[in-house]
Amino acid sequence: MKIALNITKTIQDLLLGFMPEGTASILAMVIIALIYLAIFSVAGLMLVLVERKVAAWFQLRIGPNRVGPWGLLQTMADALKLVSKELTGTVKADMFLYNLAPYFVIVSSLMALAVFPFTQEFQAFDINIGIFFLIAISSIGVIGILLGGYASNNKFALIGAMRSGVQTISYELSVGLSLLTMILITGSLQLSEIVEVQKNGWLIVQGHIPAVIAFMIYMIAGTAETNRAPFDMVEAESELGAGFHTEYSGMKFAYFFLAEFINMFIIAAVAATVFFGGWLSPFGITDSIPWLGVFWFLGKTFALVFLMMWFRWTFPRLRVDQLLTLEWKYLLPLNLLNIVLMALIVWLGLTIQL
Amino acid sequence: MDTNSANSNLKSEDYFINMGPQHPATHGVLRLLLTIDGEIIKKVEPDLGYIHRSIEKMCERDSYQQIVHLTDRMDYLSSHINNEAVCLTVENALELEVPERVKVIRTIIGELTRIASHCLWWGVMGMDVGALTTYFYGFRDREMINDIFEETCGARLTMNYNIPGGLMFDIHPNFVKRTKDFVAHFKTKIPEYDKLLTNNVIFQKRMKGVGILSKEDAISFGASGPVARGSGYSCDVRKYHSYSALDKVTFNEALKSDGDSLARYEVRIQEMWESLSIIEQLIDNIPEGEHKIATNAVIKLPKGEFYQKVETARGELGVFIHSTGTKNPYRLKFRSPGFSNLSLLNHIAVGGKIGDLVASMATLDLVIPDIDR
Amino acid sequence: MSYFGDIYKGIKTLLSGMSVTGKVFLNNKNNAITQQYPDNRETLKMFDRFRGEVVMPHNENNEHRCTGCQKCEIACPNGTIEIIWDRQVDPETGKKKKMIDQHIYHLGMCTMCGLCIEACPTDAILWAQNYENSVFDRTSLTKVLNQPGSKIMPGVED
Repeated sequence: MKIALNITKTIQDLLLGFMPEGTASILAMVIIALIYLAIFSVAGLMLVLVERKVAAWFQLRIGPNRVGPWGLLQTMADALKLVSKELTGTVKADMFLYNLAPYFVIVSSLMALAVFPFTQEFQAFDINIGIFFLIAISSIGVIGILLGGYASNNKFALIGAMRSGVQTISYELSVGLSLLTMILITGSLQLSEIVEVQKNGWLIVQGHIPAVIAFMIYMIAGTAETNRAPFDMVEAESELGAGFHTEYSGMKFAYFFLAEFINMFIIAAVAATVFFGGWLSPFGITDSIPWLGVFWFLGKTFALVFLMMWFRWTFPRLRVDQLLTLEWKYLLPLNLLNIVLMALIVWLGLTIQL
Repeated sequence: MDTNSANSNLKSEDYFINMGPQHPATHGVLRLLLTIDGEIIKKVEPDLGYIHRSIEKMCERDSYQQIVHLTDRMDYLSSHINNEAVCLTVENALELEVPERVKVIRTIIGELTRIASHCLWWGVMGMDVGALTTYFYGFRDREMINDIFEETCGARLTMNYNIPGGLMFDIHPNFVKRTKDFVAHFKTKIPEYDKLLTNNVIFQKRMKGVGILSKEDAISFGASGPVARGSGYSCDVRKYHSYSALDKVTFNEALKSDGDSLARYEVRIQEMWESLSIIEQLIDNIPEGEHKIATNAVIKLPKGEFYQKVETARGELGVFIHSTGTKNPYRLKFRSPGFSNLSLLNHIAVGGKIGDLVASMATLDLVIPDIDR
Repeated sequence: MSYFGDIYKGIKTLLSGMSVTGKVFLNNKNNAITQQYPDNRETLKMFDRFRGEVVMPHNENNEHRCTGCQKCEIACPNGTIEIIWDRQVDPETGKKKKMIDQHIYHLGMCTMCGLCIEACPTDAILWAQNYENSVFDRTSLTKVLNQPGSKIMPGVED
């Protein structure tokens, strides 16, 4: 059986049969967007479930086990509950910005999903500046958080939003620079090409020492980007109640919540693509079956997601000034050194090619 | 307004934040009125009274046996020690000498209470600085102590096991075995606590040099317990005014001189080790004998004023009874450790960040019903 | 070099912290300390001294041990116990004797301090180990402990 992996092309060809080309490509994009939206809102919910289960197992608990077999439908039920809940808010909130904020957050995280190669050719949008696009898109999310905190007319939310601004602006640098380190090896920003390059060994092997350092910096900064513990200054429930989304309820809150989990998936997926060979199987053991690439990609991503959950359920939270100290005094200088090191290694041809 | 001098007329106002009475970090119904400048705390004003139940006034109505159960509801995490304080005061006033067995059992259960309280504090401490998992690990170990209490006293939290003149009933046959099991179990768990939280670099950075309280300030604010001992003020009532069987055991007073949040934290961890050692010294030789001595059904204290202090998990709890010779106290006053410890919050939190305030408050180990009574 | 030393030490402490939670995670099947409460009603057994609620045991002849001395009523700090009593002629001795009509127990006001049971000279009231005491109507928390038509057990004196 041949599974058509290039979904964009398949759908477009199908539509071209009975409509003009322009309409067909627009319609194809809409259809793909809807498919992604459906898949990833469900996947986001499943991630929430995984998080809750993992948290329970770290914390000597059982976790959700009531709704559906082994509690598998728990988050579905939660989502239904959130949809049916009343949307409350403060009286003097800036209603326009207040309502706009959740969409900024959720849209930016869904947009980033478009560029991931799930397996060979299974990619919605193979843009030639893939990594750059990802970094740019993920910066938009913070505007939503800032707006949400500012517009909801709550003092805790405002402090949360201020912290969020400080945090994201700082850690963007580290995310960008650590990915840039790896770009030095691949020489391309296109995600499909980055995966192609790794057929000679995953980049974390090819780039050895600087790649491992870059990976560690990326994971730290990536955790900070998603505002998760130990960098959850934005929410910091023991300090700020619920932080920037204190005044959100119902579906608007669910957007923030879902966006956090999709962002986590994105950060892990970028790491899997750039450092661990994306959909490539280890040692090419399943190269003959292309669709298994999806399995490898998701497997690597979930391993990294699990790592981020492990961080969250182990570490205490940093203080806001220590957060900045970590970024500007440790991660950034190390990152810059690391780039030079990587450049030297690439220049001298010291990369490990399998 | 004159537009030319608009800049000089710019008014800046303080940014107030109401932390509590329903806030996850205040451990109950404490309200803190914070004045902040960005992230920096300028002033902390605790606002009390949300859980005031006039326990002291109720004590004036009750007989001396009945007073004991009210003290369960003050500092509910060291309820046994509170009970003991009242019982000791009444026994001293009556000049009753309770049997050795009672003294030893009281001490063992008191130290178990202290460990249970510190377990809960450790869990919540981790939660306040953002490590949510510590809460469950702390509760896992506290649960074992609660089971010991439930088997012997019949209740997990508000035990009311002491009565003036001894104990309500004898210890359960399983008590000794369960306690030994717990001691063996907990000795493997404190190093785990250290690995998970104490040694963690983030935690160390959060706690070191934060919320500094000097020894002089600790004394002048009337701090007691681990808060004062973290500042190098040696004030363990168990050492200086030994009561029950504490004079038969050897233990070190946990003392640190840094006065910061980390010192207060380490003092409590150290106290858990000391309590374990006290329990170990006593558990194997609980003397045989009666579990109480008979008192009159209606206890009348002689005329006069009586004071007894004990060391609860939070510090020095004093019970002052003014008796006019009737079956009720004329006036009963509790000197609760939490109230004095809370009073120094403003002193140690000003100048720090919001995160520091939460962390320092966690190291004060406040129990709000103890403060409000 | 303390800069890099700090980084090394920091990472080491973080990893050792992760090893603690990691061990718990791997052993999660045996470790769970939570109970699935309503499901384990059959196996859930309270300790025999557990203070659930005050009950008055009756024997098979519908006889209890309460003499109506009211010591429990006096001992109670909250007015939880009310005893309605009467002087009736004892059929055996023919003398007038204090007998309870109703031993009323307000569970809603009880703080489970145990002073009444300590005070009882005839062990007429005891702790029951039941733990599901919530009801929909507050009035049903007021209980009459002696069963209707019950008598005092012969031979029980103050």
